[in-house]
Amino acid sequence: MPALTRNKKKGAKSQTPPLIKRTKSNPTPPPKKAAKSHKPPLKKQRKGVSDEKPEVSNDEEEEEEEVSEQSDEGDELGSDFFSDGDEEEDTEPLGDDFLDGNDDEERTLGSDSDSDLEKESKAIDEERERQERDAKDELQMNIKEQPDEFRLPTKKELEEEASGPPDLPALQTRIKEIVRVLSNFKDLRPEGVKRKEFVEQLKADLASYYGYNEFLIGTLVEMFPPVELMELIEAFEKQRPTSIRTNTLKTRRRDLADVLLNRGVNLDPLSKWSKVGLVVYDSQVPIGATPEYLAGFYMLQSASSFLPVMALAPRENERVVDMAAAPGGKTTYVASLMKNTGIIYANEMKVPRLKSLTANLHRMGVTNTIVCNYDGRELPKVFGPNSVDRVLLDAPCSGTGVISKDESVKTSKSANDIRKFADLQKQLILAAIDLVDAESKTGGYIVYSTCSIMIPENEAVIDYALKKRDVKLVPCGLDFGQAGFSRFREHRFHPTLEKTRRFYPHVHNMDGFFVAKLKKMSNETKASEGDEPVETKEQAQLSSDEDDDDESIKELKKPSGANVDMNKQRISISKANNKGKKNKNFKTENANVEGPRKQKKKRSQWKAEIAQAREDKRKVMRENTKEPGRR
Amino acid sequence: MRPLDENETTVVFEKIFKFVGNNLKNIVENPSHEGPESDPGRYCFRLQKNRVYYASESLPGLPRDLHREVHPRGSFHLTIMSLNLLAANAKHKVWLKPTSEMSFLYGNHVLKGGLGRITDSIVPGDGVVVFSMSDVPLGFGIAAKSTQDCRKLDPNGIVVLHQADIESI
Repeated sequence: MPALTRNKKKGAKSQTPPLIKRTKSNPTPPPKKAAKSHKPPLKKQRKGVSDEKPEVSNDEEEEEEEVSEQSDEGDELGSDFFSDGDEEEDTEPLGDDFLDGNDDEERTLGSDSDSDLEKESKAIDEERERQERDAKDELQMNIKEQPDEFRLPTKKELEEEASGPPDLPALQTRIKEIVRVLSNFKDLRPEGVKRKEFVEQLKADLASYYGYNEFLIGTLVEMFPPVELMELIEAFEKQRPTSIRTNTLKTRRRDLADVLLNRGVNLDPLSKWSKVGLVVYDSQVPIGATPEYLAGFYMLQSASSFLPVMALAPRENERVVDMAAAPGGKTTYVASLMKNTGIIYANEMKVPRLKSLTANLHRMGVTNTIVCNYDGRELPKVFGPNSVDRVLLDAPCSGTGVISKDESVKTSKSANDIRKFADLQKQLILAAIDLVDAESKTGGYIVYSTCSIMIPENEAVIDYALKKRDVKLVPCGLDFGQAGFSRFREHRFHPTLEKTRRFYPHVHNMDGFFVAKLKKMSNETKASEGDEPVETKEQAQLSSDEDDDDESIKELKKPSGANVDMNKQRISISKANNKGKKNKNFKTENANVEGPRKQKKKRSQWKAEIAQAREDKRKVMRENTKEPGRR
Repeated sequence: MRPLDENETTVVFEKIFKFVGNNLKNIVENPSHEGPESDPGRYCFRLQKNRVYYASESLPGLPRDLHREVHPRGSFHLTIMSLNLLAANAKHKVWLKPTSEMSFLYGNHVLKGGLGRITDSIVPGDGVVVFSMSDVPLGFGIAAKSTQDCRKLDPNGIVVLHQADIESI
């Protein structure tokens, strides 16, 4: 019997070759349909039934002969049709007999043995219907076993989990379930459970499954909705594709691609926004050791590092400063854009990194660069303020955008680290702005970039710069990124912040990156009559936290005289246009109170000021608490 | 940083002459295209910390340009940084077959079997710049044999003594 069935199957195969392709793309339905495949050949002969099913199941039977045996064995979830294989074996013999009979004769309905046939066929039909019903019931049952309603583990369960090693598959399922619930919380939430609990559980699970520390996973959860969060985290687990940048000082992209293809490197142009980028899929020779690399024809550089230089767009015969240049990928790109004209000052603070910087410069044939070794914050003193045309500041950062390259970032960065980086970045960006000459004929631009996705390191720094200097944001020229945040949770930044660009690994397939381009409008700094008060003010601002109250009190304490008052006044006036800032009310009030005071201050008067400030603060807090209500 | 004095200048020029021959003039008088100003200043040689730098006059500060090294005893070695400059002006060139490129890059001398092309009239002791078949400069060395002798050599004979290659940076 089985042998005959097989033959029949093969016969059917020759009839329906094109359909085979279709089923090959649907692996899951076949296992079940294969089991039921025995029926349709019957039906074919009978001509009564739908044409679709026979064809489809014919494919499956041909395709998955082994699978039919599997399906006979067990129940499987998610089956569309029959989940019970046993009954089909019963029908097989029937089918065989029937088929054999038909093969021999040409039969039409209405011959003598019709009534028998009819009875048999009816019986078979009823069998089939019964099986369908059973299957549906079983499906329902199976679905119910995985309840639609997901419930969070109880404390006891959590303790049990914590005592042993983490059960990764269970964690993963739970994570998926929570994300599913959170993405449609209104409909899918179980009774009486708050969203917060789900979020907390998700944080804990993600932290233990992927290896993040609490702080980092908490910030990511705040920044992204659950589904996107999963995409981001998955993207961080994988490597981004290796990319290289053609050195246009020595060769063209097309020529380089030819040479490398000859060497057995599998590559493609990077994307349409770059004329010099190539992405390497795989290579027979190590891509960092070919003679072309050694001769400086290309540079191994990640795609996201092209972006700040493209935004900077240096022209020939300009003076450009790269404040954090090592290992020199961006510096060499700038040089090749400038065609080795003009001057580039490549600054790097750490001595061990200088070597790699100079090596790269030499290798790529860059001749217009001067390497120096200063702390970036000192550069305005070294070069003199307002002396260069453009500045590129690829600031040292927490590296949260390049977790795919460095997993240790997941566990090593805390809120304190971010704050320290943010302070450093604020000082550096002010130095960068001071270096640039606003009156420059061709330039006057600063590009600030980080390989981090944290808001305190990106938007907050730019916002700080906007407040402190006469600069404005201009479009980067990179249309394909996501706009930066101009508001986030309780922070309110300048509205033009949306001209900055953010890049994410799960959206753009590049490392996480942030780019902002500023234009210097004038060489004045907003808040000063002379240099000193500005510095003290900056230090006051920098050394404090985001807490505005602390800032103001520290300013009051500085023995600076009239300048401080006038500074505050100016700042408050310039800030008056910003809406929704916690700062605003307090500072304006303060300035108004302080303005008319005498210039010389004694300690007792300072104390009075401080007391006054506290009173004002209390008043303002009261008003502030009222305001949201009013709105 | 100071300009070279007499002795140093002669030593440097002699060494470069070995490689470049009469093209020395090109090197010394090449109009500089760097610097923000549009009038070209000349290139010049400057000495700092026992290293001779070849830099554009108009560049202030530290020129990070091709340089050569002065041995403490007074003799003068060309470092690989100067390859770009030499390659552009080299009189004697040797082209390597693809198979022996890597061997040269690992520091081996050039054997006859790896020789693709060679310029005529090479005298033993001449400076030679080594290229790959695609005209990528790989390094430089000293000729061990003249061009004529090379033809008679067996395949394992040394043709160019390796002095520096681009992998040594």
